Amino acid sequence: MAEIPEESLQLVEDTQKGKFLTFSVGKEMYAIEIKFVTEIIGIQPITEVPELPEYIKGIINLRGKIIPVMDVRIRFIKKPVEYNDRTCVIVIEVKDISIGLIVDNVSEVLSIADVDIVPPPDMNKEAENKYIKAIGKVGKEVKLILDCERLINNNDAQAISKIA
Amino acid sequence: MLISSTDNTNEDGVDILANNLDSEPMLELFVFETFELISQLENIILNNEEANSIGIQINEVFRIVHTIKGSAAMMNFNSIVSLSHSLEDVFYHIRENQPENVDYSTLVDVVLRSLDFLKNEVNAIQIGSNLDNDVSIIVQEINEFLSLLKNENGLQKPKAVSTDFNMQKNNEVPEVTGENHFKALIFFEDGCEMENIRAFTLMHNLEKVANVISYCPKDIIEDQETIEIIRSNGFEIQFRTDLCIDNVKTLLSNTLFMKDIKLETISPIKNKHSSEENDNTGRDNNQITVKQSMISVNISKLDILMDLVGELVIMQDMVIQNPELEGLALNSFNKASRQLQKVTNEIQDAVMSIRMVPLSATFQRMHRIVRDMGKKLDKDVKLEFIGEETEVDKNIIEHLSDPLIHLVRNAVDHGIESPEEREKKGKSRSGKITLEARNEGGDVWIIVRDDGKGLDRENILQKAKKQGLLKKPENELTDREIYSYIFLPGFSTKKEVDEFSGRGVGMDVVNKNIEEVGGTVRVDSSMEIGTTITIKIPLTLAIIDGMKVRVGKSIYVIPITSIKESFKAQESTVIKDEANKSEMMMIRGDCCPILRLHEFFKVQPDTTNLEEGIIIVVENESRVMCLFADELMGEQQVVVKAMPGYIKKVNGISGCAVMGSGDISLIMDVSRLLNIS
Repeated sequence: MAEIPEESLQLVEDTQKGKFLTFSVGKEMYAIEIKFVTEIIGIQPITEVPELPEYIKGIINLRGKIIPVMDVRIRFIKKPVEYNDRTCVIVIEVKDISIGLIVDNVSEVLSIADVDIVPPPDMNKEAENKYIKAIGKVGKEVKLILDCERLINNNDAQAISKIA
Repeated sequence: MLISSTDNTNEDGVDILANNLDSEPMLELFVFETFELISQLENIILNNEEANSIGIQINEVFRIVHTIKGSAAMMNFNSIVSLSHSLEDVFYHIRENQPENVDYSTLVDVVLRSLDFLKNEVNAIQIGSNLDNDVSIIVQEINEFLSLLKNENGLQKPKAVSTDFNMQKNNEVPEVTGENHFKALIFFEDGCEMENIRAFTLMHNLEKVANVISYCPKDIIEDQETIEIIRSNGFEIQFRTDLCIDNVKTLLSNTLFMKDIKLETISPIKNKHSSEENDNTGRDNNQITVKQSMISVNISKLDILMDLVGELVIMQDMVIQNPELEGLALNSFNKASRQLQKVTNEIQDAVMSIRMVPLSATFQRMHRIVRDMGKKLDKDVKLEFIGEETEVDKNIIEHLSDPLIHLVRNAVDHGIESPEEREKKGKSRSGKITLEARNEGGDVWIIVRDDGKGLDRENILQKAKKQGLLKKPENELTDREIYSYIFLPGFSTKKEVDEFSGRGVGMDVVNKNIEEVGGTVRVDSSMEIGTTITIKIPLTLAIIDGMKVRVGKSIYVIPITSIKESFKAQESTVIKDEANKSEMMMIRGDCCPILRLHEFFKVQPDTTNLEEGIIIVVENESRVMCLFADELMGEQQVVVKAMPGYIKKVNGISGCAVMGSGDISLIMDVSRLLNIS
């Protein structure tokens, strides 16, 4: 029986709180909350699926489970690069949807205290900005904290479903 | 029948059940069982409507109502208890007094209304909402009917008679059978409440395997004071059974809230008269053995099993077609792997067959619809089944029942004429709707046929023209194409919207639901003779035989059943239509359009020269098309998996399949491809 007492659930929540997985795409360092991350795998053979936006590269077979993969580079309108052995797929699960994010490389799991997290500057309307939930300060560096839900549930994805 | 093991329910069981609904197995069992019983009862009632009496099945009816009442009492659902109790009163009256003039159709109405109420209640229980429906109105209605019944037949019997039916029941079966004679004294846990009902449930369960000779105290259901007696002295029951003492003990100790049980054997005498059982008991026993060999399993467990078998098939391919084995002489390996393949195929078939459910339950539900609508519209309609024992995958059945309801309703509403009209046309007064199911290759055909007035071709055509749906000149449309307009959303030839139809939603639902499970719908009709709607659905969705075709680096799977042939093209047979930029090909005198897969799926092919690649001819129903790909990669059984939810639907793709290598291929949706072009 998978009955976990309430305290231990609380504990799991606590240990995950304030923890972020950081990765790089191009020059920038991004971070996502650890609670969304299911696993990290190397790049896999991807099956192309027609009619999808360019940044959805296709689908992969994750031990019998089939999930779509998104190239974060193309999503953020950066120049696509060839995948190499540093390229990783971060499998995240948001609202019961599993999706793989293709990133240049994964660096580490960090703790960022609440006081070091600030809202993103409101100065520009760049496309990139709408996926940034907050900015985390770690030492002298800055990590861009991604809004996973927006990354997945956006107008583009709805547009796809309308085409089909 | 369900096998219930409830030994670990604790004292507050009932309270937990009432609050925490989805996770409680007892409750799930109750909901499932009660639904079964309700539909059983509905069927019996409807089947006997024609004969205008319940006849010998009154005992079965009584048993069902009683079981509903008993289990509802156990679960503390009072509205269900009081309703089934009044129903029981009615049936009791009919059974015991056998009144001569029963208004059967009113009886059916009352019973069906109560069953609807019960259904709503059980539904509410299932989704965990509050049971706030007022049961008293319907109970009163039943009571009025009962008193009417009693008055009409001048049989106002005192209530005393009704209380001792338990005794009578026992007297009816003087020839007790069974090898062993037991006496059991049962005590229930303190404070478990409703000891009398628990005792009755226990006895009811026992009756399935044993002959109850006597029990003490009597009148446990009617007399509330027996609760006290059971509490202090226990519940004593004597019975005969073929089971040995150990079995009886385990059976009895499975009872809810059982505190203590004393079981003793009374002179185990051989009963030589067991063969003299009357017919009735014999039949009952048979039924019981059938029921007990069934076990109900949660569908999600079957889904897991199905997934695992899918994985097994994939893994087997991975091992047997492992590239490292290539070029090696492996005689015994090949032999062993062939045997492995055979076994996995058998496992696959076995698992599939578990998921197969006969259509009869779905068909039975139509009785009710036909009856209700026939009454309201003043039409006399008979429903006939052919091949209702045909089995279909559980998932598909779920998608079938809505379309069938719509089709049957349409047939009653639009198809069948009123009795007067029918007489004028020289048809029999009562219309007939036939539901037919049969296996046809890898498909199941479900046919809904009526002998009504048929579809009005002109009317449909006019309506389609008005809505701007005609894509071809009028005279080029075939009858079938015209009829298929009725499946379009918002298309209704009816002028006014009424309770049953007119909004043009129904047929659209039919089409959507059937398409979802990869099926097709076809309409045939002729004026004044009737309409036939044929639904063609695949037997199962999980594993299909596919042909792998390669286009550039991508591999697609085409279901074998839709492939007609494949060949190398010759440039001379290709016709190019420069204006439309379309290509066609002559195949044995027929002209088929060519679809270049690399253009359709926008992938980089090896070749764009028709002579270098391969042409695959696919068909569905009447349409044929040539697909152009780079090469055929061979045949393979593939496990169909749905596309991830995020991607939703892609044109021309019905799902994906994991190949032996672990790669994913896309499965082509041939019928959709044909419709696009």
